[in-house]
Amino acid sequence: MGMKTKKTLGNTITYIVLIIISIIWLFPFVCLFLQSLRSYNEGGGGMVEYLLPKQFSLDSYKFLFSQDSQFVRWYLNTLVIAAFVAVLQTIIVLCVSYALSRMRFKGRTFLMRFWLILGMFPGFLTMICLYFLLKQFGLTQQGAIPGLILISVASSGMGYYVTKGYFDTIPKALDEAARIDGASRARVFLTMIIPMSKPIIIYAALVAFMAPWCDYIFASYVAFGYSDSYNVAVAMQRWVWTNDYQGYFTRFCAGGMLVAVPITILFICLQKYYVEGVTGGAVKG
Amino acid sequence: MGNSANSGKGPVGKFFKGVGNECKEIGLTFAQGDWKTKVSYLIMGFGPLMRKQFLRGFAYLAAEVLFIWYMIGFGWGYLKDFTTLGTVARVMNDDGTFSYNDNSFLILLYSLLTIILIFIFLVVWRMNLRENRNEEKLLAAGKQLGTVKGDLYSLLDSHFDKTLLAIPVLGIFVFTVLPIVFMILVAFTDYDANHQPPTNLFTWVGLENFRNLFSFGTTGLGSTFLTVLGWTLIWAFFATFLTYFCGMGVAIMINRKGIKFKKLWRTILVMTIAVPQFVSLLYVYKMFAGDGLVNSYLMKWGLISSAIPFWDNPLLAKIMIIVINLWIGIPYTMLITTGLLMNIPEDLYESARIDGATGFQMFKSITLPYMLFVTGPFLLTQFTGNLNNFNVIFLLTQGGPQSMKLSNNAGYTDLLVTWLYKMTINDTNYRMAAVLGIMVFVVTAVISLIVYGMLPSVRDEEGFQ
Repeated sequence: MGMKTKKTLGNTITYIVLIIISIIWLFPFVCLFLQSLRSYNEGGGGMVEYLLPKQFSLDSYKFLFSQDSQFVRWYLNTLVIAAFVAVLQTIIVLCVSYALSRMRFKGRTFLMRFWLILGMFPGFLTMICLYFLLKQFGLTQQGAIPGLILISVASSGMGYYVTKGYFDTIPKALDEAARIDGASRARVFLTMIIPMSKPIIIYAALVAFMAPWCDYIFASYVAFGYSDSYNVAVAMQRWVWTNDYQGYFTRFCAGGMLVAVPITILFICLQKYYVEGVTGGAVKG
Repeated sequence: MGNSANSGKGPVGKFFKGVGNECKEIGLTFAQGDWKTKVSYLIMGFGPLMRKQFLRGFAYLAAEVLFIWYMIGFGWGYLKDFTTLGTVARVMNDDGTFSYNDNSFLILLYSLLTIILIFIFLVVWRMNLRENRNEEKLLAAGKQLGTVKGDLYSLLDSHFDKTLLAIPVLGIFVFTVLPIVFMILVAFTDYDANHQPPTNLFTWVGLENFRNLFSFGTTGLGSTFLTVLGWTLIWAFFATFLTYFCGMGVAIMINRKGIKFKKLWRTILVMTIAVPQFVSLLYVYKMFAGDGLVNSYLMKWGLISSAIPFWDNPLLAKIMIIVINLWIGIPYTMLITTGLLMNIPEDLYESARIDGATGFQMFKSITLPYMLFVTGPFLLTQFTGNLNNFNVIFLLTQGGPQSMKLSNNAGYTDLLVTWLYKMTINDTNYRMAAVLGIMVFVVTAVISLIVYGMLPSVRDEEGFQ
């Protein structure tokens, strides 16, 4: 067998494997899409034992936007949380990263070690205590949306690793030069470092924006029993786990599509920055 | 033991030496200070105020006033019950109504807050003394003291770190440090469904909860704990290394010379990162359910006669979780390793090829060592992340299938964290949940410490760069 045939054979095998992988990866999403288009006349919106709907319709989508469903409200709740968390968390992470990357102050190493140790405790451990604290401020049930924003943002300073790693790669000589010219630290931070950090800011904001769409454990605990404050994850997970999911399955699929499509498009547009962020973070540890 | 403390070599020794030095300094400041400094020992900020340092002086004075006001009006009332966590809970009045007295939860939480505030106050008091001494020194040397404007400007320049870190540190203190210390203390109490404030009190029980976790009798949690811990470790191992090697394999395939549409393959894989997990995992869970799509088609085609219990058989459920996690995890590793693989110098492979090395040999002796070296820290964070990977387990099996052989509602696919979650939400067994939380911390910390010391990129930092 010649070198060339061997290479062609290798490429063919690789293509076959890649196509199989692609099918496996896309299959659940294709199913989700097809199920969301199934008419109520088949199986009453529950699960059925075949893949292709016999009768296509937009019933499930119509239901989500109708008066009977609070889906729009849940969707907006999640959007509000995600937007606030993305902005505030990014600001906090940038502040912490700059302080830890550029400034040398007493207690700096202690702070970094202390936060590292805190991060080893499981997040759910403190759930009852956090719930109580939020309740003291009136931020549960009706106030669950600001409460969830507060909780996500409050502890976000501990997630500085990737951004600090990026700041560390910006030469310190730039800072020094500006400071010799009389610029204060604050000025250097706002007018030099931040404009130079666009990729990492987009990465931080993207990750912060995507997290609240998945948050259902703490969100359901804080909004407990008050459906106006649910986010999409809490509400739709209830559709699947409550016993009447049979009637809600196609609605879950339709809702899932409405959540997944915009986020996926956003993610794929900003994929370049995401890859840069995770790769840098993984190598620096 | 006493020897090492005196020599000041260990961290404990250093601590005592530091405290000793501070005490000496405090004494010296008092002995050598003028009357303004001496009054500042009682009235904080007195010295700076007399020396016309109004901003600093008022700040110290305000801190002292606030602290005293807090202690009298609030803190002391809770702190005095800290040792008992309350003695009188609910009392029925003569008219049949109830009046609530001590609340153990509040007593524990606010006592803790008060203790921390006392420590912070001591630090501020010490800063107040140092401020006095500095001012005296500056004045004695004939220098000018700083101005208010200068103080404020320094917050944007030499003390910019304080401005930047103030809010993040406060947020982490209130919403992370305080709750974690609170829950650590709960592990030493009997706070559970039978001791719920405000109706009932809970109190200190020493190490009883830890003894319960490690006792293997009929009532103890020992065997269940070991089962859950074992699965947690097995899961974290497979979830980390299988995804790592498979992801790298996929990245190598896409990177292969002559393969087209590289961007398309990557984008398809990345879909599982972009789609929120509660959508994708819940759907996959339903696909493999007893009445789900997979079982339906297998039965329709006559391959099986009855549904495969994907989620009801412990071993099958465990395998399913690990396999489905590949679906979630491979894209991450693929993204991370793609760029790194391209960094490996091509001439290394070239010379290996001339020596007649096969593809597998090149992978074993060039690619793998390089990748392990560079991604060591990533593997460690992945491993500890997987120990606490709540989403995959909870969205797929919720820890099930359950069994009579396991106590406290644990299931065969429960991780320590999902078990902890169930104890908190379903059983309100806070005392054992707190103990489990501490165990998760111990496991994570021990593994991190051991592996961190073994990482080549940490031992040999130069080679890494």
